Amino acid sequence: MIELENVTKVYRLGQNKVVALDDINLNIQAGEMVAIMGPSGSGKSTLMAILGCLDIPTKGMYRLEGQPVEKLNDNQLAQVRSRKVGFVFQQFNLLPRTNALENVMLPLLYDGVHGKARAEKAKAALEIVGLGDRIHHRPNQLSGGEQQRVAIARALVNDPTILLADEPTGNLDTKTGDEIIGLFQKLHEEHGQTVVYVTHDAFIARHTQRIIRLVDGKIISDVSVEHPLKAGTPRPEEVLVS
Amino acid sequence: MNILENIRISFRALAANKLRSGLTMLGIIIGVAAEVALMSIGRGATRNITSRVEGLGSNLISISPARNVRQAGVGAQSTPLYYSDYQAIAKDIKNLAGISPVFQSAAQVAYGANQSQFSVTGVTPEFAAVQAYTVAEGRFITNNDNSAESRVVVLGSQAATDLFSGLNPMGREITINGISYTVVGVLASKGSTGFFSSDEIILIPLETGYSRLFGGRAIENGQRVLSTISVSAANPNVVNDVISQVEYILRRDHGLTLHDTLPFSVSSQNQALSTLTSITSTLTAFLGAIAGISLFVGGIGIMNIMLVSVRERTREIGLRKAVGARRSVILMQFIVETITLSLIGGILGILLGAAIAGVVTLTGLITTYVSIDVILYSFFFAALVGLFFGIYPAYQAASLRPIEALRYE
Repeated sequence: MIELENVTKVYRLGQNKVVALDDINLNIQAGEMVAIMGPSGSGKSTLMAILGCLDIPTKGMYRLEGQPVEKLNDNQLAQVRSRKVGFVFQQFNLLPRTNALENVMLPLLYDGVHGKARAEKAKAALEIVGLGDRIHHRPNQLSGGEQQRVAIARALVNDPTILLADEPTGNLDTKTGDEIIGLFQKLHEEHGQTVVYVTHDAFIARHTQRIIRLVDGKIISDVSVEHPLKAGTPRPEEVLVS
Repeated sequence: MNILENIRISFRALAANKLRSGLTMLGIIIGVAAEVALMSIGRGATRNITSRVEGLGSNLISISPARNVRQAGVGAQSTPLYYSDYQAIAKDIKNLAGISPVFQSAAQVAYGANQSQFSVTGVTPEFAAVQAYTVAEGRFITNNDNSAESRVVVLGSQAATDLFSGLNPMGREITINGISYTVVGVLASKGSTGFFSSDEIILIPLETGYSRLFGGRAIENGQRVLSTISVSAANPNVVNDVISQVEYILRRDHGLTLHDTLPFSVSSQNQALSTLTSITSTLTAFLGAIAGISLFVGGIGIMNIMLVSVRERTREIGLRKAVGARRSVILMQFIVETITLSLIGGILGILLGAAIAGVVTLTGLITTYVSIDVILYSFFFAALVGLFFGIYPAYQAASLRPIEALRYE
């Protein structure tokens, strides 16, 4: 469903060229749950941006559900993002002074979904993430974990082909972070949602079926996890240290 | 995504920073208010002048000796306007509503110890109708007064106040160059035209003037002369026709050909009116342009704030793009925001400007006129300012790359 062939991304920083991604080949099947790990500057975020159609490769080919993305213009990319991609960010990125329901409705607004259907879909998404009773709360009236749940509901509301999360637990305490990972697992198991998230935390990565490690823009390992951890598993000390 | 949703989003964004939105709007409010107030004052002045000039008598044409510019100096003499010219015009011209011969002379006028120099005007009964005067008290000069050369006088309202300072002048005696006259009437006030007062006049029968007051000044080449002949045309459409008939008769009776310069001025009230109107219109346009400058400055203020706002909201823009907003949607969002700012400012400015115009009217200095076209013009100009100054910041917002906007700190 996701196919990357020889994808290279080069940025220009003044006179210097920075190779953020170097000849990446990657396939992700529908229904997979994948963690991407790697040190800072390894190209994780660039890879996420390309997977999420926020950016296009300098070289190589990216097909999302068979559709070549690298040839699309800005407006077509915006449409792909609104219909096929759900983003979750480390910083939540909710609109301030705007209640949960309206935040979740935002992608539907840009996709031209009309009034009533919009509110119903958004409510359903908020119920999936367990916030059915807080739809009129504003971000500043919600805890960090709740804000990230609203952001996840926003990412889910368009029934995306792929749910992308960039360090979704990075701004949360470990307990709340585990709950968010539990939510991703639930979405994956009960709704067959394809999930890809970036994390620094090996313990959190081990909750997925597959861990991809990036260093200097290259994939250095791509392994299956034989027994993914269940959300709520106590966090062993040695995992925390690694 | 429709325009209503866009407006809702922009209201929310503006409400999020009320003080800043208010201050930004203030530039537009002041600009539009200045526009409305100044234009209303200008329009009001134009209407005042127009109505006063029209009050002098509609369809009025006045005939008087031209001042001879070329022979100015000692011995300079203008061609006299004879009493016989009046008779010829009265007899030969069609489409006249009235004709009034006038001789004017300065004289010492006194009531008791109260004495001063006045211009005394000899008139016939037609004067009242032609010059649109009405009698407030008593009666006007009659044909009998003229044929009997009666020593009677009719006073303009200001002249009556000047001479009698509050006393009722009716039936009292005043002296004009030492000869006593009885006050038989006082005219209603017509107000000032801004150039001369129509209420400071003293009227006596023309015949009385010739025999008792004007003396040798009223006789040239053995004939009686006039200062002015006022003619009122039957209706506005024949004013120009009457003027050319008058010019024809004057040339004929003074032995002039078409090649000679006519030594008389024959002018209609309309000409004076159009000159005045063009002056005040120019003035109004000038005032409007000055107010336009302040509106322009207000627009620059809006652009400045919007550029800051785009920068502050970079992450928001990035997020909106990440969840599927197209360039055009972001562009519209920010343009609608500036137009909303400038239109709310425009409406408040119109209200403020109209209030200022109202206060000016209350002071009694000038009766302002807030016309609907000034309001519409100001409103659309404000919207245009919003659009013009909103495009660049909106373009900047729309051009942000989502990936960079999301990383912006």
